[in-house]
Amino acid sequence: MYQWDFGILWSYRWLFLNGLGVTVGFTVVIVLLGLVFGLFGAFGSLSRFRAVRFTALTFIEAFRCTPILVQLIWFYYALPILAGVEMTPITASALALSLYGGSFYSEIIRGGIISIDKGQSEAGAALGMTPGQSMRRIVLPQAIKRMIPALMNQSIIQFKNTSLVSVLAVPDLVYQSQVAAHDSYRPLETYTAVAVAYAAILIPLTIIVRRGEKRLAVSE
Amino acid sequence: MSETSKTTSKIEIRGLRKSFGSNEVLKNIGLDVAKGGVVALIGPSGSGKSTLLRCINLLVAPDGGSVRVGDTRFQFGDGAKLPDVKTLARFRATTGMVFQHFNLFPHMTALQNVMEGPVTVRRMAKADAERLARAQLAKVGLAEKAQQYPATLSGGQKQRVAIARALAMEPDVMLFDEATSALDPELVGEVLSVIQQLASEGMTMVIVTHEIAFAREVADRLIFMRDGIVVEEGPARQVIDNPREAATRAFLSHFHRTGALPPANATS
Repeated sequence: MYQWDFGILWSYRWLFLNGLGVTVGFTVVIVLLGLVFGLFGAFGSLSRFRAVRFTALTFIEAFRCTPILVQLIWFYYALPILAGVEMTPITASALALSLYGGSFYSEIIRGGIISIDKGQSEAGAALGMTPGQSMRRIVLPQAIKRMIPALMNQSIIQFKNTSLVSVLAVPDLVYQSQVAAHDSYRPLETYTAVAVAYAAILIPLTIIVRRGEKRLAVSE
Repeated sequence: MSETSKTTSKIEIRGLRKSFGSNEVLKNIGLDVAKGGVVALIGPSGSGKSTLLRCINLLVAPDGGSVRVGDTRFQFGDGAKLPDVKTLARFRATTGMVFQHFNLFPHMTALQNVMEGPVTVRRMAKADAERLARAQLAKVGLAEKAQQYPATLSGGQKQRVAIARALAMEPDVMLFDEATSALDPELVGEVLSVIQQLASEGMTMVIVTHEIAFAREVADRLIFMRDGIVVEEGPARQVIDNPREAATRAFLSHFHRTGALPPANATS
């Protein structure tokens, strides 16, 4: 029978906290940046202009249909060789993860927008709104409500995807726990603690979002 | 000179053509609506009457012909450029439209629905817009429903809010696209009585409807369309009571043409 000894992890607490800080900070950056890419992708794929639609769809499918691990390695190792673009591991992984998440956000946002009945934007137009006004005032407020569960889901995946940046030696929680595991010879305790840390952050978040959804649904 | 044309007709449509793919929905349509006039458009489904109505506020862009409402005129077809979004928006702000399925904004209360046009399009101060919106809601008999969301209203109430929303833009003309077709029979009366009240106040209106008895009562002119052309046109009572064309007779034979309008419950 295996003897669990979590006490040993206490001496690595600063390592873990550092790693956790990097993971959380990274997630905030890639979620926000990803949402920006997602907005561009969504509106691009709904554009009146073919060239814009084509560009947006190329971006979406390129990042949606290839593995994130390959993208991370590609951004860090291939771009300097092919395009002469040198990036720090942090920049390369933030960019790759944001674009990867952005491609999924794009589809969520686009789906939310087109799910709103055409009669809504027609009613806006009939009142004399420009397409931009009816998008902002009428369509988006309704569409965002429908997008929230899927956006939240994707952001949870993004949070966990940050664990992959350890392959580029970015000192996130997983990278630091590898260090701790090698040092302590206690990988079971270390990775269990890591899993608990991820869940401890995500579960309260999901509860908050569920509450928010209920509050938003009142008007429907 | 334009003064006289303004008094003679508020809406003037000439040579209007529209196709969806290979389907020619409107074939060379002409239409005049006098200032304060009420024109009813009737006809079987697929006759093009809804498309014609949607061409009046350019929700549907015609392929050819011209559309004039008040002093604003648009020419379509050969070489004519489609108006840009700003011009279109300004034009539509002067025409009110009421839809078959209400199309109320579900994320806003009744009051906010009615305030939305004045605030967003006319850039009216919130307080002024609210006063205007409350007055319009009172006019359609829904003052006490101001704070309710559309989901909690009946079909008839939703449609009356939609009418108030259109009226809050203080439009020159009102367009009704089968405004009572989605309503339960017992709720039709309350909407029709609001439209009737607008007619008596001198609002210029074009009404696509299947309520023949109502059209006979409220409209002064009636247009019967079939397959994208105007088959018959004339004073409403005359066309309904004594249709000249066989197609009109055949269509009207499906309806009760006279008799009492459905009662507006609560008010009567």
